[in-house]
Amino acid sequence: MDWTALGLSLQLGVVNVLCLVPVGIGVGRVLAYRRFRGKGLAEAAVALPLVLPPTVLGYYLLVAFGAASPIGHFWQLVFDQPLVFTFEALLIASIIFNLPFAIQPMQRAFEAIPPEVREAAACCGMSPWRALLSVELPLAWPGIVTAMVLSFAHTLGEFGIVLMVGGSIPGETRTIAIAIYDRVQAFDEAAAGQMSALLLALSLSVIALTFAFSRRVGRQLG
Amino acid sequence: MDAQHAIGIAGRAFCAALITVTFGWSAGGRAAEAPVIAAASDLQFALPEIVEMFAADTGSTVKVSFGSSGNFARQIRQGAPYELFLSADEGFVLDLFREGFMRDDGVLYALGRIVIFAPLGSPLHADSSLDDLRTGLTDGRLAKFAIANPAHAPYGQRAEEVLRRRGLWDAIMPKLVIGENVSQAAQFAASSNTQGGIIAYSLALSPRVSARGTFALIPEDWHAPLRQRMALIKGAGSLATRFYSFVRRDAARVVFRKYGFVLPHEVDLTEAGAAR
Repeated sequence: MDWTALGLSLQLGVVNVLCLVPVGIGVGRVLAYRRFRGKGLAEAAVALPLVLPPTVLGYYLLVAFGAASPIGHFWQLVFDQPLVFTFEALLIASIIFNLPFAIQPMQRAFEAIPPEVREAAACCGMSPWRALLSVELPLAWPGIVTAMVLSFAHTLGEFGIVLMVGGSIPGETRTIAIAIYDRVQAFDEAAAGQMSALLLALSLSVIALTFAFSRRVGRQLG
Repeated sequence: MDAQHAIGIAGRAFCAALITVTFGWSAGGRAAEAPVIAAASDLQFALPEIVEMFAADTGSTVKVSFGSSGNFARQIRQGAPYELFLSADEGFVLDLFREGFMRDDGVLYALGRIVIFAPLGSPLHADSSLDDLRTGLTDGRLAKFAIANPAHAPYGQRAEEVLRRRGLWDAIMPKLVIGENVSQAAQFAASSNTQGGIIAYSLALSPRVSARGTFALIPEDWHAPLRQRMALIKGAGSLATRFYSFVRRDAARVVFRKYGFVLPHEVDLTEAGAAR
């Protein structure tokens, strides 16, 4: 069992979720309430990582983050270290490929709030911030939790992009999914088996919990 | 109200857990600053022993990432944070040196050999002449054969070279299973998922592989030598530099020899160099 890899994956999942919550709330809310030109395109862009092969995203990120690219060059100037093959690169990649998992459930949750409730909040003289905090978020909360759990679980399982932009650096970019691949190549079936069983159990319980949670919330709110 | 209350508590607990885990791991998990070494995957079994000896000797450790040499060369060009590169083929190290990525042109640390491997129960007989491979191709005994990716793995390039030299390449192409690196090719063959493969001698000698099949050395003059060179990458720290010296010490050389590597001083290097 590669505990460093497990710790790294959990850390990546958690930081990723913390970054995605504000993004998901912001973008999900805009997509739920606003009408604007190109909205269909924006929704398609959000959903794109669902269908795009991870290697395609990995390739573009590698090109975009590489030392020769403007982003990679800028990063090198500011932080005095390259961006690719670092934890930070994995985090950026994770945020991008988890966008649909974070935004879509939140968007659905905001859409489900009856317009009268939001109008009432506005009529009561609540500022948009106040309405968001005390009316919308409490109502959209189940969707937000679903989004957090799904993107957390999805990060633990991601392989292709991580392999491409992360390499397999112990303690830096070797996540548990990569460690399993690595252990199989090293003829260490025992460790590969243990880690696979752990990921299987973890993924199953996360999904089961999400389903149970949304059923309970659905019953109680409905 | 009840449901909202429950959700609120669950949400706060989840957030608290998230924050604890994040900062807990940040403080502990990634703090250790051991240098990262990129090593050709034919060193999969030999290098961990050397790292263990280094740790016992110095009390410090290094982290090793195994893969194909060509892939590492690409990653180093893209700025991967490795400090030492142990390549299975010196060409990659010398190219990186000429392009200004390495501290110097490094040293030869070993010469690799290749073997034909057949897993237990395989209809294929591993013989160094590759004659049974030829017969197996015509009589249909051979369904799948593993080699490393010739596009970027030195052991894959040598496997292709040998198969071409024996006139087997065109016939075997449809049956090839390509490993990302030589260790994966060995895994395909040793797990009996292919009837055989051409893999590194150093991997075949490991008990984990040798217990699962038979193998025969392929004559070394059938392919360009696998001159394995290592060099420090620019900006490498003192610990990586110490490990670089350690790999050349007698204790480490014993390990290389145990895994079937020929050591540089044991052959006429000028002749080996001229053969390239």
